[in-house]
Amino acid sequence: MSDPEAHGLSGSRPAGGGVGAIAGRTSNPEARHGSAGARPSAGGVGAISGPPLLVTEDVSVRFGALLALSKVSLEIRRGEVLAIIGPNGAGKTTLLNVVSGFYHPYEGRIVFEGRERTHLAPPDVAALGIARTFQNVALFRGMSVLDNLMTGRLLKMRGHFLLDALWWGPAKRQELANRAVVERIIDFLEIQAIRKTPAGKLPYGLQKRVELGRALAAEPTLLLLDEPMAGMNVEEKEDMSRFILDVNSEFGTTIALIEHDMGVVMDISDRVAVLDYGRKIAEGTPEQVRKDQAVLDAYLGATRG
Amino acid sequence: MASLLYAVFVGPFKDMASSPSFLVEVLLGGIATGLMYSLVALGFVLIFKASGVFNFAQGVMVLFAALTLVGLMEKGLPVAVALLLTMAVMVALAFAIERIVLRPLVNQEHIILFMATIGLNFFLEGFGEMLWGANVKRLDVGIPDRSMMVAGIQVNQLEISAAGTAAVLVTILAVFFQRTRIGRALRTVADDHEAALSIGIPLKTIWVVVWSVAGVVAIVAGIMWGAKSGVQFSLSLIALKALPVLILGGFESVPGAIVGGLIIGVGEKIGEVYWGPLVGGAIENWFAYVLALAFLLIRPQGLFGEKIIERV
Repeated sequence: MSDPEAHGLSGSRPAGGGVGAIAGRTSNPEARHGSAGARPSAGGVGAISGPPLLVTEDVSVRFGALLALSKVSLEIRRGEVLAIIGPNGAGKTTLLNVVSGFYHPYEGRIVFEGRERTHLAPPDVAALGIARTFQNVALFRGMSVLDNLMTGRLLKMRGHFLLDALWWGPAKRQELANRAVVERIIDFLEIQAIRKTPAGKLPYGLQKRVELGRALAAEPTLLLLDEPMAGMNVEEKEDMSRFILDVNSEFGTTIALIEHDMGVVMDISDRVAVLDYGRKIAEGTPEQVRKDQAVLDAYLGATRG
Repeated sequence: MASLLYAVFVGPFKDMASSPSFLVEVLLGGIATGLMYSLVALGFVLIFKASGVFNFAQGVMVLFAALTLVGLMEKGLPVAVALLLTMAVMVALAFAIERIVLRPLVNQEHIILFMATIGLNFFLEGFGEMLWGANVKRLDVGIPDRSMMVAGIQVNQLEISAAGTAAVLVTILAVFFQRTRIGRALRTVADDHEAALSIGIPLKTIWVVVWSVAGVVAIVAGIMWGAKSGVQFSLSLIALKALPVLILGGFESVPGAIVGGLIIGVGEKIGEVYWGPLVGGAIENWFAYVLALAFLLIRPQGLFGEKIIERV
């Protein structure tokens, strides 16, 4: 973090984020890629060009007669922000569910950090360092924001849970250490004012932010966001975009997200993968995808109308 | 009119004041019965905390545990061995329930899981009868059931043992769930299965642990109730008395189960002894339900329950 290069990167975005930051990024995508490789936080040298963090190889998912995903091969590269886009029903959420272990492919492989993990269950996937959020916010509604974030730390807590009860010293120290991490995330996401509020009482936009916080509390290597900006107004989208970019640059977290807002997608992602009818029809930088004929036909063409 | 008011609002209190040692005996009897209700209610609370599901089969689990224990003892096994074997049976049952009933129903509505427990209820009832027969059995695990005089007050040894056991059990459970990570994990599982899985909570393990603990609690309740009134199929109906206890205490609160049990146990005993003669008795039979009904109107989440927050 103390590396001047890292600061150079955030310097390329005006401080304070917001529209300026996002716009600044769009206008100069090359600059970002140039500095991204040198970011120490993003997994060392050659972050984006190095071996991919996660690979799906010919992954197919079937629900009865419906082929939800058909031989999807995709790379999520270390340190990048990858957007997965596509019309409704294209299989985006299914892909996310496969990666996070909620569904299992009937053919194909999933390789994470060089090791195959195709058939792992969700808790085991989470233990590998993959955190996610859900399309319809899945917070623990009765718990306070702080408690919700603390649940994200459950995996990080060590020791036998029976011993926790008896060994006051270590257990207490551990609780405090985890609390400190959560406090940092609360500051980072600017949700100090609502820390004691039950999550179910919050407006939707804030719930999404808290859910992001819970995922961050697990200090994931790979963060999967399912429509993090759905149902938000422009201002909330700008805030969320800024948080996502900051997570990526400050913590070096690799992020794969599903998003429908094309403006946001083009602004915040390093690469874009396009799904349509369960197949991957394009993959590349926002610029490449924007010009791709298959994409225009399947997706952007339709919205331009 | 005046005499009726006197009989309701003055007479009973004069009776209490005139014989304090009798009042203490009634109170103690109420506390003991209340703790026995609490023991059954605890089983419900554990499973509700872990899955948000009201386990309809908890009463039958109490019966099944008691039947198994008695059956094994009738085979000539010593009490300690029979008890250990019964525990093993209840843990095995927890594994089976997780594998056969709960796992296929992950992420289903709570009402569907509830219906599954109704099915479990009938299965266990029939299975218990098939294994051990339908006769009333005497359960004697060596808890003395005699009255004795302490400082001029008559107390029942069985009731004392029940109270002591309940206290120990509650302490252990409170530590287990509040001082350990599993407490937080439990709350997440009760709130949202999917989200719990995504933050790395192994749902299966949590369920097996909780159903095993509920099974062990059922054994304790089964021993106490079996020693008091024999092991018979009506034992599964004490679950009905646990329901008002839960409504009073709150479905997800361990202390609530205890306090709710005490309020109902003491309330119905006092009501029966001092106000019973006014209405021809039988207050004990309906007191708990009327109190629960009143609570549903005034404070539906119970004394210690979590207020349900729903943004619409």
